[in-house]
Amino acid sequence: MKKMKLKYDRSAYLLVLPYIIFFLLFVAYPLIFSLVLIFHRWDIVTPMQWVGMKNFERLINDPLFFKSIVNTLIFLFIHIPLQIAVALGFALLLNSRIKFRSMFRTIYFLPVVVSGVVVTILWQQLYSFDSGLLNRLLMIFGIPKIPWIVSPEMAMPSVAIMATWKNVGIYIIMFLVGLQNISAELYESSNMDGASRVQQFFSITLPLLNPTIVVVLVLSTIGGFSLFIEPYVLTGGGPMQSTLSAVLYIYNQAFYFNHMGYAATLGFVFAIVIFAVIMIQKKTVESESLE
Amino acid sequence: MKQFFKYFLLTLGAVMFAYPFLWMFAASLKPEIEIGGFSLWSSNFSFKNYEQVFARIPIARAFFNSIIVSFSTTFSVIIFGSMIGYALARLNFRGRDALYYLILFTMMIPFQITLIPQYVLMVKLGITDSYLALIAPTMISTLGIVMFRQFFMSIPQALIDAARIDGCSDLQIIFSIIWPISRPVVITVAILSFMASWNEVLWPIIVVRERTLMTLPQIVTLFTIGGQAEALLGLQLAAATLLALPIIVAYSFFQRYFIDSMVSSGIKG
Repeated sequence: MKKMKLKYDRSAYLLVLPYIIFFLLFVAYPLIFSLVLIFHRWDIVTPMQWVGMKNFERLINDPLFFKSIVNTLIFLFIHIPLQIAVALGFALLLNSRIKFRSMFRTIYFLPVVVSGVVVTILWQQLYSFDSGLLNRLLMIFGIPKIPWIVSPEMAMPSVAIMATWKNVGIYIIMFLVGLQNISAELYESSNMDGASRVQQFFSITLPLLNPTIVVVLVLSTIGGFSLFIEPYVLTGGGPMQSTLSAVLYIYNQAFYFNHMGYAATLGFVFAIVIFAVIMIQKKTVESESLE
Repeated sequence: MKQFFKYFLLTLGAVMFAYPFLWMFAASLKPEIEIGGFSLWSSNFSFKNYEQVFARIPIARAFFNSIIVSFSTTFSVIIFGSMIGYALARLNFRGRDALYYLILFTMMIPFQITLIPQYVLMVKLGITDSYLALIAPTMISTLGIVMFRQFFMSIPQALIDAARIDGCSDLQIIFSIIWPISRPVVITVAILSFMASWNEVLWPIIVVRERTLMTLPQIVTLFTIGGQAEALLGLQLAAATLLALPIIVAYSFFQRYFIDSMVSSGIKG
């Protein structure tokens, strides 16, 4: 038995060969080539031109680059708390003693499986200022119409609400799994100690759901920086660049202006920003859970 | 009373998530002037909007393209994923751990950094405007490899040893011994890969400009933001419904698998 284990399996190399080829072509080559591109100016047709640090100089003086990062941060500041609150709320409801649990679960999950394009086309109608269903609903209750996607202040929050509607189903289920893993004994013993429902929520439920909250944070952050199709279809990045996302800006630089070198530089710097934001989040959450 | 309040909130949630889709479907069948209303019914239902969509864009062709691309990608992801996952989980070879760490590392690379160079690679290989360009960069999924490896680690060694003694090759072991007892993970990886491929828009928009090669979400996107829908809501909603329908039908048959797959990918990924 032991001898068999120590022997090297030569055939393994054949099995992993496809990955090696894939890695060299679609990971290693693009990574190395991005390091070349960021020092060049290139319109993909004429030969590349070495420009040294010019792309970085331009990036530092590019208000749209900073705008797209600020836009993403606005998106995250609305999307993440909203998503956690809504997901946790529905998860708590589903976790109590109710009938039709799996039916509700199935419905809440529906927007998750449907393409972002469908969701965006649909919400474009819901958000429409004059004839959109949301504003009609508000008018029924006597509330003034909201310029959901036509005002620069509201546009990004509207994208964040739409993204929450689309994605929250997955986090409802994640929280539900987290809740079901909390032992009932914990609640029983705190009941004996006379703890109220609210106290239990803050001293038992929330701390034990911390790992799930970290997952929501990280996935939503990556999602926020990947935002493309929603602003591309809903607003085209407008009004007044208020929904210009990182990926949309890379896309515009590369495919409207043919600035391949500058687009690669943007991608490179955005990647560093994403890493930094995720690290900061992890540090903050970990230090808070230590308290 | 409290119980009633719970059901009220749960039902409100269900309406919030389901009603917009029902409304979209109903609106796609209504004439343009009736679309603004909340009603899900109209006595003037017709397929006129759909006829218009079919007349204006090659949407049947796009559906066919999407099927080819999504099925090829999914097939490739589960075949290669199980080969590599098996090698990492069950075989001894030099560099195995290094390779595994490399795979974990590549999962952390944001796609923003490789997007433009990958496009350049397609241009240099001369394969833009082809199925190959749509399929190649997603033929292997690192998440898929990690999930297969994880699952294959739990398979009893005795089963593999017995197959070896019978003279099975590695490929035979993977596909005729391990696969039949690994259905959950194969289904999970297949669903994740199919959904990702079916719903992908950014990559097709970048590498395909030829209308006859466009995927379904791509052509619906360009139809909506380009002038072809002429700002007619009915046409846009009909196109969106055509894009949503196949996934909704698949979801209604395999809800559990969809939910479990996507939640597990989030927790592991």
